[in-house]
Amino acid sequence: MLETSEPVLQVQGLKTLFNTRSGNLHAVNSVSFNLQAGELLGVVGESGSGKSVTMMSLIGLLPTPPAEVQAGSVMFGGQDLLKLSQRSLQNLRGRDIGFVFQDPMTSLNPVFTVGFQIMEPLRRHMGMNKSEAQARAIELLDLVGIPDARRRLKDFPHQFSGGMRQRVMIAIALACDPKVLIADEPTTALDVTIQAQILELVKELRQKLGMAIIWITHDLGVIAGIADRVMVMYGGQVVEYGPVREVFANPAHPYTRALMTTVPSVRGARAPKLNVIEGQPPILSQHPIACPFRARCPKAFDRCGRENPARYDVAPGHDAACFWDYQTGAPR
Amino acid sequence: MLSYTLRRLAFAVPTVLIISLIVFLMLDMAPGDPTGSLPLTIPLEVREQIRQSLGLGEPVFVRYFKWLQMTVITEPLHILAGLTGWDIAPGGPRILSWQTRSPVGDILVQRVPQTLWVVGLGYLFGILIALPIGVISAYRQYSWFDQVGTFVSMVGFSVPTFFTGIVFILLFSVTLGWFPSMYDTTHVVRDWNSFLFQAKQIAMPVAVLALYNASQISRFMRASMLDNLNQDYVRTARSKGMGEQTVVLVHVLRNSMIPVVTVIAIGIPTVFTGAIITEQIFRVNGLGDALIRAIYVSDWPMVQTITFIFAILIVLFNLIADVLYGILDPRIRYD
Repeated sequence: MLETSEPVLQVQGLKTLFNTRSGNLHAVNSVSFNLQAGELLGVVGESGSGKSVTMMSLIGLLPTPPAEVQAGSVMFGGQDLLKLSQRSLQNLRGRDIGFVFQDPMTSLNPVFTVGFQIMEPLRRHMGMNKSEAQARAIELLDLVGIPDARRRLKDFPHQFSGGMRQRVMIAIALACDPKVLIADEPTTALDVTIQAQILELVKELRQKLGMAIIWITHDLGVIAGIADRVMVMYGGQVVEYGPVREVFANPAHPYTRALMTTVPSVRGARAPKLNVIEGQPPILSQHPIACPFRARCPKAFDRCGRENPARYDVAPGHDAACFWDYQTGAPR
Repeated sequence: MLSYTLRRLAFAVPTVLIISLIVFLMLDMAPGDPTGSLPLTIPLEVREQIRQSLGLGEPVFVRYFKWLQMTVITEPLHILAGLTGWDIAPGGPRILSWQTRSPVGDILVQRVPQTLWVVGLGYLFGILIALPIGVISAYRQYSWFDQVGTFVSMVGFSVPTFFTGIVFILLFSVTLGWFPSMYDTTHVVRDWNSFLFQAKQIAMPVAVLALYNASQISRFMRASMLDNLNQDYVRTARSKGMGEQTVVLVHVLRNSMIPVVTVIAIGIPTVFTGAIITEQIFRVNGLGDALIRAIYVSDWPMVQTITFIFAILIVLFNLIADVLYGILDPRIRYD
């Protein structure tokens, strides 16, 4: 499935900052990645690592001001999304790129019926009339596994449970058969059994519909279960990127290695204490001239404080941004 | 919803009855005498006869029930008969105003249209101005439009209407001579010119009230819009590719209107009571003016009846606000 022809989405050197009263926050620094057709890219990182902001920047969903996309290019369907007008982006959103957000409790408009909210993009992008849109909406609710779809179209979001609402969100995102689905921590607000159901649903839909998916999460277990490729972010930068098996087998960046050790295991001996990564996430107001992870990095040396490491190829298709070579255990 | 409304209406009846008792008793116990404003040359026994003829010789509970019966049955039927020409007016005594000796119901019929026109238009224009201002100020928060709007509504809300009224009269009537300072109730609209005069004389009281109401409602609208603009569902609407107009005027506005409609509905009766002062300044002989004059001369039947009407309006519009809330917000079901 990996390494197909032309990627659907090519992000190069994306830089986003927030203009705040106390200076600029460098939320996204030179992020580059490709998304192949039909692949599932998992994006991991702790809160504030720039995962969501990166994805929102792609498609102009950040409020400007305070946000400002400063540099980079996002190639999608032969055009640079960062150069498009707000109007053309609107035509793209919901049609070619669908979104599912974290909290299904608040992501749906409480005063409109679920049917209205599913039909909105259909009528906007596909030029469907009311009855066509309704037929498609019923089809979509069936697709995401909501029983009794026809009747439930008339229901309001508060009449659905959390998991069902997330299914509705997925139905909305998939309404116009998008090429890319961006799911921003779609299961974080759900309890574990519902989370498993949603994961199963997405796996199944992916097989049926074949769209590419960007799945943002901070749950490594989820990534291991569904992703083809993984992108680890830290301090607004990509620190490691590669096929999921490769990255999980040979994590090259100290941050990724540390992340792996923090996942508690149910097998083997019981750990006396949960592993944590000591220290605080970086302050994003400082200009990224040094490695953002150096303060917490067990391998840091003087060069890490002077330069921001570029990404180097660890193996074909697998890269990491670090001055330290995990294979030799010495600086590169 | 219907059963809820009916239940609430049923509960409103005892509320209104208790209010009527309090209103009646408080004014009955207040000092003041219906003959107090009559010439001093009238001898004491004649004064006593006048009191007896007004029914003041009877025990208080008898007078209360008679007044109540006349307020809720006799007078409304007389008013209805006068408006429709049906022959439904009952015989028997009516509530008489002590100062004019004419039935209170008839006076109210003469007074209400002025209040409805002036105060009603003031409120209506206030709402029509406030809603777009609130929406734009919230959408363009901290823009110059928002700053100016905030300043104007702060001034409009904190400066009382009797002050703005006088400033308006000084500026537009005395200095510039654009508008008449007094409202002429006898003026009849017959043709274009008389309509123009009517528009001119109603402009200032309406403007004063509209400014006051608009400042209040626009603040509510702005706050409510701001609450909703940052909600997750707004991001969802944008992520679906909906245009800004749809996002703001369909998704956000619909949610923001829920508390604002409630505030507007609850505000309607306070507009009647609050307009007392504005009516005085512009000499509009409406309901508020009638109330003030009745208080001056201790005309208790008049004061009791008008106060009671205000009380009914407040109870009624609170009920309407609750019902509207249920209609606008699908999460609220009263059944």
